[in-house]
Amino acid sequence: MDENLVDLVVTSSPHIRDKARVSFIMRAVLIALVPATIAGLYFFGIGHTLGVIIVSILSAIVAEYLSCLMFRKKATVHDLSAAVTGLLLALTLPPSSPYWMVAVGAFVAIILGKWIFGGVGSNPFNPALVGRAFLMISWPTYMTIWVKPFTQSVFPPTDIITTATPLNIIKLKGFSDLLTMFDGSRLIMYKSLFLGNVAGSIGETSALLLLLGGIVLIVKRIIDWRIPAGFIGTVFVLSAVFNRDPIFSILSGGLFLGAFFMATDYSSSPITIKGRLWYGISLGVLTVIFRQFGASPEGVMFSILIMNCFVPFFDKMLPRVYGHFAPKRKVSI
Amino acid sequence: MKEFTFKTGGVHPKENKLTKDAPFVHLDPPAVAVIPLSQHIGAPNTPLVKVGDHVKIGQVLGSTNAFVSAPVHATISGEVVAIELRPLPSGIRAQSVIIKNDFKKKWVSGLKGIKSLESSSREDLIKNIRDKGIVGMGGATFPTAVKLSPPKDKTINVIIANGAECEPYLTTDYRVMMEYPEKIIDGLLVEMKITGAERGIIAIEDNKKNAAVLLEENVEKRGLDNIEVVLVKTKYPQGGEKQLIKAVLGKEVPAEKLPLEVGAIVQNIGTLKAISEAVFEGKPLIERGVTVSGPAIKKPGNYTIRIGTTVTDIIQQTGGLTRKLRKLVFGGPMMGIAQSTVEVPVTKGTSGILFFGEEALEMAPQEEMPCIRCSRCIDWCPTGLMPLLIDHAWRRNDIKLTETLNATDCIECGVCSYVCPSKRYLTENVRNAKQKILKQRKIEAAKQAAFEKIKALKEKKAQEAKEKLDEGGKADG
Repeated sequence: MDENLVDLVVTSSPHIRDKARVSFIMRAVLIALVPATIAGLYFFGIGHTLGVIIVSILSAIVAEYLSCLMFRKKATVHDLSAAVTGLLLALTLPPSSPYWMVAVGAFVAIILGKWIFGGVGSNPFNPALVGRAFLMISWPTYMTIWVKPFTQSVFPPTDIITTATPLNIIKLKGFSDLLTMFDGSRLIMYKSLFLGNVAGSIGETSALLLLLGGIVLIVKRIIDWRIPAGFIGTVFVLSAVFNRDPIFSILSGGLFLGAFFMATDYSSSPITIKGRLWYGISLGVLTVIFRQFGASPEGVMFSILIMNCFVPFFDKMLPRVYGHFAPKRKVSI
Repeated sequence: MKEFTFKTGGVHPKENKLTKDAPFVHLDPPAVAVIPLSQHIGAPNTPLVKVGDHVKIGQVLGSTNAFVSAPVHATISGEVVAIELRPLPSGIRAQSVIIKNDFKKKWVSGLKGIKSLESSSREDLIKNIRDKGIVGMGGATFPTAVKLSPPKDKTINVIIANGAECEPYLTTDYRVMMEYPEKIIDGLLVEMKITGAERGIIAIEDNKKNAAVLLEENVEKRGLDNIEVVLVKTKYPQGGEKQLIKAVLGKEVPAEKLPLEVGAIVQNIGTLKAISEAVFEGKPLIERGVTVSGPAIKKPGNYTIRIGTTVTDIIQQTGGLTRKLRKLVFGGPMMGIAQSTVEVPVTKGTSGILFFGEEALEMAPQEEMPCIRCSRCIDWCPTGLMPLLIDHAWRRNDIKLTETLNATDCIECGVCSYVCPSKRYLTENVRNAKQKILKQRKIEAAKQAAFEKIKALKEKKAQEAKEKLDEGGKADG
């Protein structure tokens, strides 16, 4: 045998791999977020809103790059996870957020939310929500300016019309007051909420487009349906129990964005199948409790951050192993 | 025809069955055959020939009296030129008989099959299977005669012929089904007679429907109402013994037990053909069907190859390579073993030989990325394991935890590594953990046995001393 023709490499099986890399998954998440992003641009004006999104993504990427240098790791910018964090952060911010604040949020998300714990896969909390929580506590005024759709058209924003979010109105005034804003018709209210023609964060208003992106990710098996289904389903049922309009409850606020794109973050959500369902249900319970009894009208962000702490608990809900007929009780991991 | 499948996990990699429509072609017997003395799981054979001996085709080269074993036969006639260590496809070096072909094609005399199944006893059939060196040809190489001799207290109700062939590239079983359907049914009938099983099931993946139709026709033609042909979903690892049992019978084999625990035996298609030839024609296992495929081989195809033919020979006989050979895999791409040399021979367990060029390195990248906890390995694991946790535990050398996480239940199908977006060595590390646990258990058992022995010896000594004392006392008195 000609020696030039044979130069064998020996590796362990399997010798073929699926095409899905980390960057493939992250790209899919980015694509799934495009419809909701476009809706944000449509409702809150392309000028400043687009700026917020771009600043957020770029800052996240720069922060990621600097972190890699700081922690002496191989550059991981190309896996796109920083871009996803940047986009997700932007979508949770008010459309009128100042750029410097967005940049600070992105840096906090990447460095304090992720790299402090060791980078991608090691963060116990959702990085984008860590960034948002930081901004919420540091600059609450900027974080509660809610732009009325179609009023932030010029760049830079000068005379925007601010309003309250639907959940805010319920908290401050009551459901009947909210209904009068929609000519007293629940149907019109549902439609506005479903399409996104209400005040809120850039990416949270259009339930329809978030649902679309979420379903794509579920069908592609990039996220597990159990987390969003458990989360949204529980909010629906429990809201009815507390005599809150269940359809309004699931369509308003950041529930869809949180349920499909935040709670499903790989490193901060449970790895077990059973655990994910219970995690989703717990998130729903917490969110309704926050909305009903909390000082702030919305509870999705803090629900997710709090339940992130309990992920190790859900990780112990091990699946049944083939050939073992009674589940193992005590496993400490 | 009903369709079945296992539910938990599993993937569907690109099938790449390039050689689906290529009928078996006989390769010429090699000029020099390298025949490993032990090609089965179990006790090693002792050589029955010596250097300088002249052997004929079908002559026994090595055997042993141990229960779990299978003899090895000469696959060409000629002179034994050496008995030495040679590399095996499994990665080890083992005693092999090197035969120089005299091209006289002389067969050993006295190879005779049985006249009819009805007039043969169970023992005769088992003896035939054992003497002809039949082992599981799907890759596990467990001696078939042993598999068909379950303990007295176990009853076998069903034999499942495994025609799933879920590995990409491989088409050996498919071609056997298309070309020798009657032999598969004969082999199945032999096994049913031996074990007393009332039912025979031939399970075939639904990407091979025409094979299923052909077998169904043959079964009907012979009026066999105790044999059923079923379709199973095309999904890897549908052909895994445990998965197939779950799919077809709806039962699970208890952990660390054999399929006979649920009254079933799963048998590879090629093995059934070999059984039929051994029993009815008296033919020892000297050649087998092998899928030769992959992008780096000029003429991919299904070849009937003498055992002991080296890869070098196969490359030459099939017309050479298309590009520089970077990876040589024995078996399928999911579970096969990468070879370090082209001098390895075809053995009884070689179902396929895959040739890859540079693209193999792209297909199975060697650089790992950090785990992102996406849990794909958990969601897709057909056994319900937690590969990422076992991997973490193995990396920090926590063998106890890998055992708690049931690493020993791993079937090493490769799905976890296949789906991992960070390309981590999950299968490899779970396999490592599993082997380490099994090794520790073995050591522990040996230790325990030694302790018992010492204890027994000490007791005996004490007893003797006591008796001596008693006797002494008596004498004094």
